Amino acid sequence: MPPFRPVVVFRNGPLVSPAVTLSANPPILLRATDLRRSFGERVVLAGVSLSLADGETIAVTGPNGVGKTTLLRILAGLLRPSAGQVMLDGVPVRTADPASRATIGLLSHRAMLYDDLTLQENLEFAARLHGLPDPRRVARDALDQVELLSRSGDSPRTLSRGLIQRAALARALLHAPRLLLLDEPFTGLDSAAAERLKSLLAARRPAGLGTIIVTHQLHEAREIATRVLALQGGAIGSIAA
Amino acid sequence: MKTTLPGTLTAAFIIAGKDLRSELRRRTALVSAVVFAALILAIFNFARDPTSLRADQLAPSAFWITCAFAAVTALSRAFAVELEHGALDGLLLAPVAREALFLGKFIGNLVFVLVVEGITLPLFVLFFNVNLNGALPGITLVALLATVGFVAVGTVFSALTARVRFNELMLPVLLLPFLVPPIMAAVQVTSRLLAGRPLLEQAAWLKILGVYDVVFLTLCAMIFPALVDE
Repeated sequence: MPPFRPVVVFRNGPLVSPAVTLSANPPILLRATDLRRSFGERVVLAGVSLSLADGETIAVTGPNGVGKTTLLRILAGLLRPSAGQVMLDGVPVRTADPASRATIGLLSHRAMLYDDLTLQENLEFAARLHGLPDPRRVARDALDQVELLSRSGDSPRTLSRGLIQRAALARALLHAPRLLLLDEPFTGLDSAAAERLKSLLAARRPAGLGTIIVTHQLHEAREIATRVLALQGGAIGSIAA
Repeated sequence: MKTTLPGTLTAAFIIAGKDLRSELRRRTALVSAVVFAALILAIFNFARDPTSLRADQLAPSAFWITCAFAAVTALSRAFAVELEHGALDGLLLAPVAREALFLGKFIGNLVFVLVVEGITLPLFVLFFNVNLNGALPGITLVALLATVGFVAVGTVFSALTARVRFNELMLPVLLLPFLVPPIMAAVQVTSRLLAGRPLLEQAAWLKILGVYDVVFLTLCAMIFPALVDE
């Protein structure tokens, strides 16, 4: 496999979303402006700006350790940027009403599941916290969506890496979030599961749901995203086709 | 999908229910806390020289020291489970107030520590040959008041130390000084109740416990959001 060498066109200021399939000017769901984040002396993000419109899928690529996960955690409101701001539906994500977090779904490196609960119980717990009606059915549907219904009574500790990833995806998709943030979603998935995920993500676009995928796999990114961005040296730019 | 976001109390009970279900299934914290409590009570009992110190003089202190240390072992697990697979991120992303998260963990810990105390009490009666007579309702009340306060503080310190190296060491170091007022009051009240004095005479100590609970429960609920946000 050739090394990751994207052709990057860096731009100053917020990136303007290109036209998406929904309408000529779909509303902006998420706007990040001049995000900076350092860990001690190490600068990870040095002024990242991006915007995501409803129905858009953005892929952020870049080599390991470049700050993709940090960016995703800041966009989710889990990590405070050293400077800059993330606006979700026009409201700062860090200070927004707790109810606005229902808009966000996150798949991170870690599954966010409890070993002492079954998959069904884990998803029911998440569904209850999101105030979804009939949490039992919602959890079953979510497990069915990732073809894990037959393992619904199993603990996450008994599952393989790929199955854990599918369970974590089910948890992230459970409440049909308007903004879905995925950190290396294809890790551990077999080809059938990866195809299934691609079709799940494709189905989000016509529904006007936004998705940001962080991945180091450029070919996967090109396949599913409406726009591909590259993160390098703490800055972000669009990748030339 | 039509959703009705849970209110703070509802969310707190959902989180507490999850914690208690996990603990019932795992039982490691409960078993270790109870074994630990039995061990301390046994040591206190057998280390005492019956000719120089009567059992009823030592019993209240032994009981409350045992409960405090058993609670610390339980509280140290409270947030560790949330870090195992990054589950804390899931809680932080849930559309519920941070105060609900605190209340949920607090209720779960409170029930857990009260269960440990409930199991410890018969052991205490057995080891120290204490006659509870009419003291049981009073002891139950003081246990509830004392436990609310130190579990509130313990929940906050558990969150604070969960991401720190050597957190098993840090939690008792931070928490034990805060346990002194409620444990001291609880020992005083228990001692007098076991001596056959009426509960009404202990109003001053009970007020101290009540004030401690209100102050620290409020403070902890206010501090907690800042602790869990990175």
